[in-house]
Amino acid sequence: MDDLEARQLPVRCSAFDTRFVALHWLLAALIVGAFFTGLYMVGLVFSPLRFRLFNWHKWVGMGVLALSLARLGWRLGLTRKRPLPAGMPAWQLAASRGTHLAFYALFLIVPLLGWLYTSAVGVPVVWFGWLALPDLTPLNKPFGDQVLKPLHSASAYLLAGLVALHAAAALKHQLVDRDGLLSDMWPWWPSRSRP
Amino acid sequence: MSARWRGLVASTSLALLVGAAHAQPAPAKLVPAQSQITFQIKQSGVPVDGRFVRFDAQVALDPKAPQTGSVMVSIDTSSATVGFPESDAELPRPAWFGAQKFPRAVFQSSTIKGLGGGRFEAAGKLTLKGTSQELVVPVTIVQAGALSTATGEFVVKRLDFKIGENEWADVSLIADDVRVKFKLVLSGLGPL
Repeated sequence: MDDLEARQLPVRCSAFDTRFVALHWLLAALIVGAFFTGLYMVGLVFSPLRFRLFNWHKWVGMGVLALSLARLGWRLGLTRKRPLPAGMPAWQLAASRGTHLAFYALFLIVPLLGWLYTSAVGVPVVWFGWLALPDLTPLNKPFGDQVLKPLHSASAYLLAGLVALHAAAALKHQLVDRDGLLSDMWPWWPSRSRP
Repeated sequence: MSARWRGLVASTSLALLVGAAHAQPAPAKLVPAQSQITFQIKQSGVPVDGRFVRFDAQVALDPKAPQTGSVMVSIDTSSATVGFPESDAELPRPAWFGAQKFPRAVFQSSTIKGLGGGRFEAAGKLTLKGTSQELVVPVTIVQAGALSTATGEFVVKRLDFKIGENEWADVSLIADDVRVKFKLVLSGLGPL
C-alpha cells in the first residue's frame, strides 16, 4: 500500500474482509457464552433453569460447530491472507500459526465431543427444539459419563486457555508493541494506521 | 345312589354350569419379567423415555367374549425411572407423582369391546395422583404358545393429573402430552 492509498483508505478497511471479522466476534461471543454456561449449569440443582441452560448450551455448541465449519471453509478459500505486522519474530509467527491450528481443531472437537457425550447418555440434540440431530454414537451411559464427558470438559478448558493466551497476545501487540494488530480485528479501536 | 341323591347331584351340577356362564373368566397371570409399561415425555423437543419398574395387572378376560371381561392395571408410582439418578430422585416427590400420598396409579376397565383380529378397545377410568379420567385404550393381543402379549399405547395430558407442578408446569420446557406404552405378557388367557 503506497502513501496515497494509505491516506485514502480508512484503517478499518484493511487487507481482509470485515464480514470475516464479524464472524470472529460472533463466534467469540458464542464460545465464551457456551463455556461459562457450561461451567455454571453443571452445579445447578434439578430445576427448570438447569434444563434450559443445558438446552441452550447444546444449541449454541451446535451453532459453534456449524459456523466454525463455514469459517474454516471460508478461511481456506481466502486468496488474500491477513498480513501480520512486519518485523514479527519467527517464534511469534510459529506460535500464531500453531495457536490458530489448535483453535480450528478445538472449534470442531469441543462441540463434537459434547454431541457425542449427549448422544451416548441418551439425550439427543434437538436444535432449538425443532431440528432433531442424529445421534453420533449408540446409547452407552457409562462410556458417555466416564469417557466422553471428561474429554468434552478437558477440551473446553484447553480451548478456554487458548482463548486467554490469544487475547493476552492480542493485547500485548496493541498495548506493548503498538503495531496496530488489534485495530484490524476491532474496527472501533482508536488507532493510527498500521506501520 | 338313590334317585333322590341323583336328582340333587344333577341339579347342583346344573346350578354350577349356569353360574359359570355368568361368572368372569378365569384370571390370567401377569409375567412381570417380560412385561413393561413405559412413557415418553418431550423436554424442549427431546424425547425422554421412562418406565415403571413395578406394576401389576388383574386380567379376567375371555377374548372370545370380551364384553364380560375386566382389566385392572395398578402401577407403583414410586418406581418411575427415566434412567438419570438425579431425575429419578425427583419423580416420587410431590411436584411430580407425589408417590407418598398417591402410591398407585390405577386403570380399571368398565367395558371391553372386541374389534376382531386380536384387537380390542378397553374403556375405563385412569386414576393418577388423585385425579380420575375416562380413557379408551386400544389393545392388541397376540398369542404364542402358552403366553399372550397385550400391547397398546395412548396419550395422557400430564397437567390434567398435576404431574409436574408449579415451575414444572411450563409446557414449553416439558410438553403436556405423555405417550404411554405397555406390553403385558399374560399366561392363562383363553384363545383368541
